[in-house]
Amino acid sequence: MSVILASSGPSAYWYLTRSTGTVSLVLLTGAIVLGGLDVQRISTPSWPRFIVDALHRNVSLLAIVFLLLHILTSLLDSFASISLTDTLVPFVGSYRPFWLGLGALSFDLLLAVTLTSLLRQRVGFRTWHTVHWLTYASWPVALLHALGTGSDVKSTWLLILSLVCLMAVLATVLWRVIAAGEKHARLGRFALAGTGAFTLFLVLWVPGGPLGSEWARRSGTPSTLIDHSPHHNSNQ
Amino acid sequence: MSYRLRVNPITCEAHGMCAELLPERISLDEWGYPLLGEEPLDPVLVDHARRAAAACPTFALLLQRERQPR
Amino acid sequence: MSRAQSTYPEQPTRTTRPPVGLPRLLAGVPAHGSLDLSEHHSLHGPLPEMTRFRRRRSELIAEIEQAGLRGRGGASFPTAQKLEAVAASRGRPVVVINAAEGEPASSKDATLTRALPHLILDGGELAAQSLGASELIVAVNDSAIAGFESLATAIAERGTPARRSARIRLVGVPDRYVTGQETALVSHLNGGSALPTFAPPLPFEHGVARRPTLVSNAETFAHIALIARHGARWFRELGTSAQPGSALVTLSGPVAYPGVYEIECGAPLGSVIDAAGGLSAPARALLLGGYGGSWVPAEHLEDLCFSAEQLAPYGASPGAGVIVVLSEAACPVAETARLARWLAGESAGQCGPCLHGLGALATTLETIAGQDAHAATRERVEQLLALVRRRGACAHPDGAARLIQSAIDTFQSEFDEHARYGTCERCLAPPELVLGQPRRTRHLSTRRASLNPARRP
Repeated sequence: MSVILASSGPSAYWYLTRSTGTVSLVLLTGAIVLGGLDVQRISTPSWPRFIVDALHRNVSLLAIVFLLLHILTSLLDSFASISLTDTLVPFVGSYRPFWLGLGALSFDLLLAVTLTSLLRQRVGFRTWHTVHWLTYASWPVALLHALGTGSDVKSTWLLILSLVCLMAVLATVLWRVIAAGEKHARLGRFALAGTGAFTLFLVLWVPGGPLGSEWARRSGTPSTLIDHSPHHNSNQ
Repeated sequence: MSYRLRVNPITCEAHGMCAELLPERISLDEWGYPLLGEEPLDPVLVDHARRAAAACPTFALLLQRERQPR
Repeated sequence: MSRAQSTYPEQPTRTTRPPVGLPRLLAGVPAHGSLDLSEHHSLHGPLPEMTRFRRRRSELIAEIEQAGLRGRGGASFPTAQKLEAVAASRGRPVVVINAAEGEPASSKDATLTRALPHLILDGGELAAQSLGASELIVAVNDSAIAGFESLATAIAERGTPARRSARIRLVGVPDRYVTGQETALVSHLNGGSALPTFAPPLPFEHGVARRPTLVSNAETFAHIALIARHGARWFRELGTSAQPGSALVTLSGPVAYPGVYEIECGAPLGSVIDAAGGLSAPARALLLGGYGGSWVPAEHLEDLCFSAEQLAPYGASPGAGVIVVLSEAACPVAETARLARWLAGESAGQCGPCLHGLGALATTLETIAGQDAHAATRERVEQLLALVRRRGACAHPDGAARLIQSAIDTFQSEFDEHARYGTCERCLAPPELVLGQPRRTRHLSTRRASLNPARRP
């Protein structure tokens, strides 16, 4: 139990899953920003259209690679017993079921996007385009997962990183809505309302939630894991 | 086996990536839509043409095998 | 009533005497209303019974090939070839009678559907039987109320189809210019928008419900109805060897009796005008084929025949049988600008070069029709014409380019005048070309157009 855990120390996987998860979130943010640049047809002589488009595709793929590593290392790590089912089916796990489940949800959405993108020619443009919109849903879900499940949430660097990513995505959404203008006014209003509501939620929730006291217990960490081991103090 | 370039003008949305990737054969008109030559594709350019067709966001650029001459 | 023979030997069995000369389609055409089924049968005889057909080649298709019938919708495609292509494709065929007449200067299909629905339906049913089609669809413009009602009555008159024949369906389609285009029509019938689609596939292979679909003009089917009764040799008694038979034309502009006429294919233009009572005002030029056709100077009225070979040197063709006379009182430059703007507006808007190019052409021509018409503007027109040809999914930009090019060639002097002096006094005259207005009832001539036989080449 806790004595054994204390003597073995946190496994490398535990650190790896946190780091790959963070990198994945950053790359996902980059993919969204690049996607915005791509669809707005931004290019310069040194950054022609096909480069921006290829960057978007490749950064997205890299984000998926890191996401898969994040999932793999979380499975391999023995601290929190996360099963394969937990990674695909949201909210059924034993470790912080809701917050982990959000990760599974985000992964499911990204899986759909990735598969349709890889098989674009087969599924056809319409299907691919419709499914692609799910990226805008997968990102906030991923961020909530990071804030709710992550062990590093109280550290300054993660908070700053999350803030920067949030601002990048907000800026992209805002820019797209403005650029669309009258053409998709209703969709634009819906997008602004959604992002506004999400931001407001974060502002209200984060201080008292993940940054508040005893978040580990409140978020659903099994009591056996909430121990007095010095290695897991940051979970408190 | 020779190839011809063809564009689906309905799906084409003038992204212009094809002209960037195959400038030897594709240029853009004043509205950004591709101007393809009628002649068959130079075999040297076929790989570039394939890449250009794969890069098209709307699958508008098509690489068609030349029919047998009648 | 005697039965029609099962094959077409040298002398097809006739239950009525085949018409000699003209009229053929327009025989017995009423000025108002339509011929009902019994009137139709007493005029033309009963619908020939089809023998047991074979998918690949039926007697009817062979007869049509021998007759040399070409489509009357504008493209003049050999009808037998189209039938063969549909027959050779996989799946149970569908036959579509295209009476969607989006061309404002044409009312032949409106006349046929209104006055002679059974002739069209006969041809449709015969084609359906020869192809083994399960469905026969008649497509009419939403605004063609008279034709729609007439066809509906006629379809009801014909009763329920026998076990083997095709189910007949009457469909209204939007009034746009491009709706009559083959793929646009099929797209509409498939539940999509009435706009052209990218080909391949073409309807003969994958059309309505992805089945092989024969789409032909209503007049073409009317000809089939008569060829089936009277044979290929009879059909070829009129017309030229390259363009046999008769055809309907819509004559408009300053003539005594504008309207729909039946002429011998390849008839001299002058005789067509004469049959319509002659010119009521001096003519400057004639627009042939349709609003995507070509202009021909009026001087050639006397020596030109309405045939593809004779008109080809002028970049013109009979097209959908449209002949519009432009009087000398009109300003061709202003009319061309109006026409260009109308054509730009009729673009489906799916293809960038057509949408932008036709709009730019219209603007440039309006500039020329206005004050500024120096050389750069004319060069701009040439540049734009080169940019729109063959860059759309359908032939609309090509038709517009053809029209504008021929206008510039034919009306060189007027364009030069405008370049030097700006607007002319004829610009003030009311416009002559009819564009996109509610279809007014055209005067239908019941006169038989007895024309001199075309000079055989």
